[in-house]
Amino acid sequence: MKLKGWKEITPGAVILEAGSSAEFKTGSWRAYKPVWIKENCIQCLFCWLYCPDMAIKVKDGKREEFDYDYCKGCGICALECPGKKGKKAIVMEEEGN
Amino acid sequence: MSNIYAVTGNEAVANALRQINPDVCAAYPITPQTDLMQRFASFVSDGLVDTEMILVESEHSAMSACVGASAAGGRAVTATSGPGLALMWEILFVASGMRLPILMPVVNRSLSAPLNIHGDHSDAMGARDSGWVQLWSENAQEAYDNTVQALLIAEHMDIRLPIMVCLDGFIISHSIERVEYLDDDIVKNFVGTYKPQNPLLDIQHPKSIGPLILPDLYTEYKRTQHEAMSKVKNIVLKTADDFAKISGRKYSLFETYRLDDAEIGIVILNSAAGTTKDVIDIYREKGIKVGLLKPRLFRPFPYEEIRETLQHLKALCVLDRCDSFGAFGPLYTEIASSLYLSENKPIMINKIYGLGGRDYMPEHAKIVIEELIEIANTGKVKLFKDYLGVRE
Repeated sequence: MKLKGWKEITPGAVILEAGSSAEFKTGSWRAYKPVWIKENCIQCLFCWLYCPDMAIKVKDGKREEFDYDYCKGCGICALECPGKKGKKAIVMEEEGN
Repeated sequence: MSNIYAVTGNEAVANALRQINPDVCAAYPITPQTDLMQRFASFVSDGLVDTEMILVESEHSAMSACVGASAAGGRAVTATSGPGLALMWEILFVASGMRLPILMPVVNRSLSAPLNIHGDHSDAMGARDSGWVQLWSENAQEAYDNTVQALLIAEHMDIRLPIMVCLDGFIISHSIERVEYLDDDIVKNFVGTYKPQNPLLDIQHPKSIGPLILPDLYTEYKRTQHEAMSKVKNIVLKTADDFAKISGRKYSLFETYRLDDAEIGIVILNSAAGTTKDVIDIYREKGIKVGLLKPRLFRPFPYEEIRETLQHLKALCVLDRCDSFGAFGPLYTEIASSLYLSENKPIMINKIYGLGGRDYMPEHAKIVIEELIEIANTGKVKLFKDYLGVRE
């Protein structure tokens, strides 16, 4: 994406379109990545509830893969995940490994 | 009916705000501004204005409420002094960065410690880099006239910047002077109807304000603020021309007094300029060619115009009612920057005077003029920065 020059931007940094935050892929900030272990998941949707962004995709009442475009890797989902029989369904892994 | 009244500076500015009839006023009391906003609050209570008055818990909140009101699409005003301005610091930059044309009279006061409530320019000088336009006023009449003109400058569609109107605490804010008011209708027509740019209350066009801007764009937004500032000078002059038509009173970027043929000169802001002019008259009668320059527009600073006006002098003293400890006073550094590009420039000295409301008396101006005569004759300077009237 070509960055705008100072003559092309709106005064006072006003954003004139609604919903433009979807264009800002904050997933690039991530240092740790949540990994979903499907066999340990009880579909409680705690991860979806606690996610401060909207990085847990849900379809027909069931969670699906993470939306890594927006997941900043805060780790709240992994902390809250009750897992199954003591085994977490979300674990954090360092990016780049 | 005569429009001439005997009023204080605060009273004159409060009356200008009544005539402007802003949409929102958020204010917190602080000496010596308190009396200004108390008078304006009376106008609100008496139904003389349509203003929504917001009583807040601090100046930080006062400026925040003005930012909100202005972003919503209203004409917002406040006023403050010294430590109140200091507490607004963070939000001053928000107001200018968001390009909100808020009007704020600043009744200049010193900063603590030691605790002091009196006239001093440390407050507004500290805010010189906050992106606000600054107009300075010698007396109650100028404070009134600058307040009436300020919104036309701030709200000009080419700039959209917040504006301060500075007047000396107590010396002007609480002294009664002759002030000539304009008729209410004339001011109403002069300031016109406010046209907000991208107001939040235009709900048909949803928008976001105050977003996070990272290193890839921050410089570009700051560059636009500089660009807006660079257009202020011409708008100030155009507004002054229009104001002269309704008032007969002429304003410019700065005022000069007996400066054209002068060999030595003084640069001084606000109320002390009046005292200095009287002393200049005394020296002129003795044949000493001395003159004065009193800046009116301090931000943006009119470097070229001031250079052309002062470069013919042999010796020049810039007086600062504000100190920068371990450095020259803020007005001195601007004047020095103006003259740097000149081939023939005066020898320049800096005097710090009048701190914390210390009276600036005719004898102080005499000390300065005598020293300038000596410098012009010998070319020698004892101290480039010194304190006027300080006890050893």
